[in-house]
Amino acid sequence: MQDVITGRVWVLGDDVDTDGIIGGKYLTLMDPNELKKHVFEIALPEFAANARPGDIVVAGPNFGSGSSREAAPAAIRAAGVGAVVADSFARIFFRNCINLGVTAIEANGARALFEKGDIARIEVRTGRIVNERTGRSVTFPPLPPHLLELLEVGGLVEKVRRELIAERARAPT
Amino acid sequence: MNQANHGHTLAEKILSRVSGVDGIVPGQIVEGRVDLAMMHEQGASSVEPFRAMGAEKVWDPERVVIAIDHWVPASSEGAAVIHRILRKFATEYHLPHMYDVGNHGICHQVLAEDGWVVPGDLAVGTDSHTNMLGAMGAVASGIGPTEMAAVLALGRLWLKAPPTIQIRVRGRLGPGVTAKDLILRIVGEVKTSGAAYKSIEFTGPTIEALSMPERFTLCNMTTEMGAKCGMVAADGKTMEYLAGIAKHAMHPISADPDAHYERVIDIDVDGMPPMVACPYSPDNVRPLTDVVKEQVKVDQVFLGSCTNARIEDLREAAVLMKGRKVHAGVRYIVSPASTAIYNQALREGIIEIFTDAGAVFTNSSCSACFGGNMGILAPDEVCASSSNRNFPGRMGPKEGRIYLMSPAATVAAAVNGVISDHRELA
Repeated sequence: MQDVITGRVWVLGDDVDTDGIIGGKYLTLMDPNELKKHVFEIALPEFAANARPGDIVVAGPNFGSGSSREAAPAAIRAAGVGAVVADSFARIFFRNCINLGVTAIEANGARALFEKGDIARIEVRTGRIVNERTGRSVTFPPLPPHLLELLEVGGLVEKVRRELIAERARAPT
Repeated sequence: MNQANHGHTLAEKILSRVSGVDGIVPGQIVEGRVDLAMMHEQGASSVEPFRAMGAEKVWDPERVVIAIDHWVPASSEGAAVIHRILRKFATEYHLPHMYDVGNHGICHQVLAEDGWVVPGDLAVGTDSHTNMLGAMGAVASGIGPTEMAAVLALGRLWLKAPPTIQIRVRGRLGPGVTAKDLILRIVGEVKTSGAAYKSIEFTGPTIEALSMPERFTLCNMTTEMGAKCGMVAADGKTMEYLAGIAKHAMHPISADPDAHYERVIDIDVDGMPPMVACPYSPDNVRPLTDVVKEQVKVDQVFLGSCTNARIEDLREAAVLMKGRKVHAGVRYIVSPASTAIYNQALREGIIEIFTDAGAVFTNSSCSACFGGNMGILAPDEVCASSSNRNFPGRMGPKEGRIYLMSPAATVAAAVNGVISDHRELA
């Protein structure tokens, strides 16, 4: 995870649910590179073909509501998205993002700052997101330490891997 | 006021039990020991992270259930591969409790039927409607497959203690008005993000009078309000339901009388009409009597899903269906929530009532609910459904229009070809 993330913005609406991110018909695709071809097919049909690595997705409230499908953040990650920002998140989607190492920033008021194609600069640790075109910004409560730690190591797989190694080292042989 | 001086909600007390931390307050992060972990097809995506974590074994095979339900039997090569991954994983890691083709059912329903989740539990599943098991007086919540991999390895996960919304319900549900109508009304009021990250506790005389299957329906759709969990405290009905089937020790817990609730919602159901959630959100809820005036023509009708496909739902619908025909040009799909329910419906002659009427009665699965298996809509088609979601694209095409309603109301739509008031059929 970078402390400062800068990227070109895609804007999404309010209450974008997981069906809008990746439809049920794609849930048998286990390859993220296949999934990414269909990411935001319903919520933002132009995204998949035009997204570039490092782009930032900015959504309104309740982003990622609906199902528990990790295919949603997996497809977003495969598309190379640098961070997802939302006025607020649905809980399983938020957790899935962090677990996969996708920086998810809850910044109330962020959505109203941006138009498609603006450049966003996210100061992850201090808790500020700036629109580089307009200079306007909003602050947000930085992620709590245990979630920053998860992002720093790259997600939950690596964190648990380290925990298991430490556990084995402690165990009597 | 310091919340710590108050009593505690059901969620706080259960999280205390599973974390060993007393006096939990909302926002506090705790590590909870998992009592039951459930994987459906999405669990196939837990296998690779589980191996990458370097886990050598599953923390407790007796606490893990695999239940395939979205594509049963496999409806595509992709689904077949997913099922095989799960079967191999179960064999390799000695997981004895897999509900596979033949004794399958919707994951939440088989967990309920076989007593896998009991009062006081912390249960997690790879499906968002895991909230349904909160009806057992448990904290039951959906997680993603990478998180599940960590649970399989460690037997625990971190949780942020949620604030609680108490929903107190009084009054008597009228004839033809069901627990589904009650929860639709509540979703309409609280809205799809109104309980985000929160726990919902249902209390009051109306809730106490509900059967366990009705409580399942109620807790199931707390997911549609963004809730982390939705619960009814265990009572005599819970204990009776679980008698002889509980898979592990029960810890019935009640909220303290002086528990601190973030919000209290009072609902009186006296005189409440049946409800419908209109496209394109489960919170776009209106009285059925209003929607009926619009003469909404339906192409497909679905009686199924973890929300409403239990034997009680099928019986209620069959009483109305008997001796009637499905309207010309309408496809009525009925999919029981489990194989046990299928068999019971067979014994009671319920299947024949539906098939005589011109409906299709399928094997148990999530079926038409999620737009990835069967019962897909063509663009612009309309479906009346007993399921839980009606977002754009939920049954396939973005334009498909889904109206959510009770099982009985689906019969009226199927018979008349337009959304209708089932109380006029009775």
